[in-house]
Amino acid sequence: MLSTYTYPKFENSGAAEIGQTIHRPVVVVGAGPVGLSCAIDLAQRNIPVLLLDDDNTVSVGSRGLCYAKRTLEILDRLGAAGPVCSKGVSWNVGRTFLAEHEVYRFDLLPQPDHQFPGMVNLQQYYLEEYLLTRARALSCLEIRWQNKVVVVARDEACAQIEVQTPDGSYHVSCDWLLVADGARSPVRRMLGLDIEGRVFRDRFLIADVVMKADFPAERWFWFDPPFHPNQSVLLHREADNVWRIDFQLGWNVDPEEEKKPEKVIPRIQAMLGPDHAFELEWVSVYTFQCRRMAQFRHGQVIFMGDAAHQVSPFGARGANSGIQDIDNLGWKLAAVLSGKAPQALLDTYDAERTEAADENILNSTRSTDFITPKSPVSRLFRDSVLQLAHNLGFARGLVNSGRLSVPTFHAQSPLNTPDRAGDVFAGRMIPGAPADDAPVERFNFSAASNDRGQNPQTDSSSSDWLLRYLGGSFVVMAAASQEPDAQKVLEDITAWAESLNAAGVIDLRVLVVHDLGLVEGEKARGAASFAPTAVADHAGASFVNHILDCKKCLAERYDLKPGSVYLMRPDQHVAARWRRPSQSDIAAAYRRALGHLSH
Amino acid sequence: MMMEGKDAVQQAELITESHFSNPQKTYFYGYSAGDDFYEALIAAHANLSETESHAFNARLVLILANHIGSLPVLRQAINAAALPDV
Repeated sequence: MLSTYTYPKFENSGAAEIGQTIHRPVVVVGAGPVGLSCAIDLAQRNIPVLLLDDDNTVSVGSRGLCYAKRTLEILDRLGAAGPVCSKGVSWNVGRTFLAEHEVYRFDLLPQPDHQFPGMVNLQQYYLEEYLLTRARALSCLEIRWQNKVVVVARDEACAQIEVQTPDGSYHVSCDWLLVADGARSPVRRMLGLDIEGRVFRDRFLIADVVMKADFPAERWFWFDPPFHPNQSVLLHREADNVWRIDFQLGWNVDPEEEKKPEKVIPRIQAMLGPDHAFELEWVSVYTFQCRRMAQFRHGQVIFMGDAAHQVSPFGARGANSGIQDIDNLGWKLAAVLSGKAPQALLDTYDAERTEAADENILNSTRSTDFITPKSPVSRLFRDSVLQLAHNLGFARGLVNSGRLSVPTFHAQSPLNTPDRAGDVFAGRMIPGAPADDAPVERFNFSAASNDRGQNPQTDSSSSDWLLRYLGGSFVVMAAASQEPDAQKVLEDITAWAESLNAAGVIDLRVLVVHDLGLVEGEKARGAASFAPTAVADHAGASFVNHILDCKKCLAERYDLKPGSVYLMRPDQHVAARWRRPSQSDIAAAYRRALGHLSH
Repeated sequence: MMMEGKDAVQQAELITESHFSNPQKTYFYGYSAGDDFYEALIAAHANLSETESHAFNARLVLILANHIGSLPVLRQAINAAALPDV
């Protein structure tokens, strides 16, 4: 088995500190997708990170598979989305069948004009490999393989761990211990912390098979198919001509028996028909739970990913939510470490990510209850929905074979500044919303553009995207206006951003969005008056960027009008928005979003 | 949009597209309101025997029918339920 992938073997670097105690500001435990992403995010912020993993290779066998649009956007910020998208299989369409008939079809990306597709399927070992490539390029990120945490203790100020290696043990004291050591989380157990929820009494067989097949790159889900009566089956395409087939088995089967090739191969033959030659790549039988820790932050110890919360696989909300955890945590921890934010900011990681975990658990539990009805009447309703779905649209909407991973709207977050009375915005980019992407064109202000007569040149040669201009730091996104008052605000914001950034670390960038109609109108009139001049003066500085809303998607998705301003968090969620703010409105919202809450 | 009172009586066409809603809640994804309803429906049956579930369903149909009120709509609904899959 496993003919398509050769596992790397990582050397244990050998520890010079055997028997000693070292200090590190941040230790991450677990080099899976979540731990790796977390370490990369922090290292990109110039925070020294020690990443420990008890193994010496990437993830083995059938694990995570589907990476959602929001995850791809985060991976893009981490510098790993390129290889994931080019190696992986992109898809947007899911089809659901009852017996032999299609009853429901969904498209994850009903809106065009987003950089990333709804989903990319890629074996977990490839994702980890690409993240590792990125991690190795970061000088302040150190990875130690075959370094196993065997003792954990914590007090008010720091955490202490004992690390076992093939050469002996050493101690680390760290200011922050970030735990991404998976569903069974040894660190969670060593600290005696509970994780509670629901176990589902059902078993599923995963078969990854290698075959040449011309099925489209779509997710296919069957209820009660003729080749596997009374149960469900899920088919996904992976990279390297590998296909994942997921058979529901029910509770009363012997998992060891079901894994045997003589048992698995006939199931697949029944499904594919006699014409498809295939080889088994990997087979496993799994059960699952929906549960989470009551709190993800325990003082200086912070849990993320499967260590903190687990869901059923229907909806691909596992790895995807873990990567959203680190997106939420990275900037907050960086702000606390640099002294710009109080430690209380990290309690909002707990509040926001437990909210997200609850949403993921709710949706994946509902999908599981629909797929595996728990009572005869639940089964009757399920089957009735499927029967009605053929003719009646409302029933298609109730068919639930998995509500696929989407980001949480943190509408109640204490970091949000609520809309001011009278500031009315259409659309869903409310405070707390994850930012919608949009196609944009960069304005290139050359050094000579201080000359007011010169027209800024747009770069339409390559596609560019809004989210590339958001994230990493706070961003004030302001719609350009020709009104003197609005231009004055933009000047004030830019001067304020410059003062914040004076220490050499960019905490806040300014993004000026130009309206296509206005720009074209100005060009037509000779453009003499088109000059957001104070901003152009700063155009050489990296913290001010200009973009053109070339397809008017920003105007639509954000309801941007000249003078409108959004404050975006470093994790690309909306913190605040205004029709016509003052610089002090924005400064107050920025402080609030950094966790200075009680002022 | 829920049709209520007089509007419901005047409604002449059976609504077949999804229109579950909840004014007390903001939904960000299209399936969420319907999923909330479906969960509440299944939960209502949680501790019922099969016979009790049948009776519960009968009561529920009667209550919903009165809420709809319009005989032309109810007849369309009865026909739609009788012929689920043509």
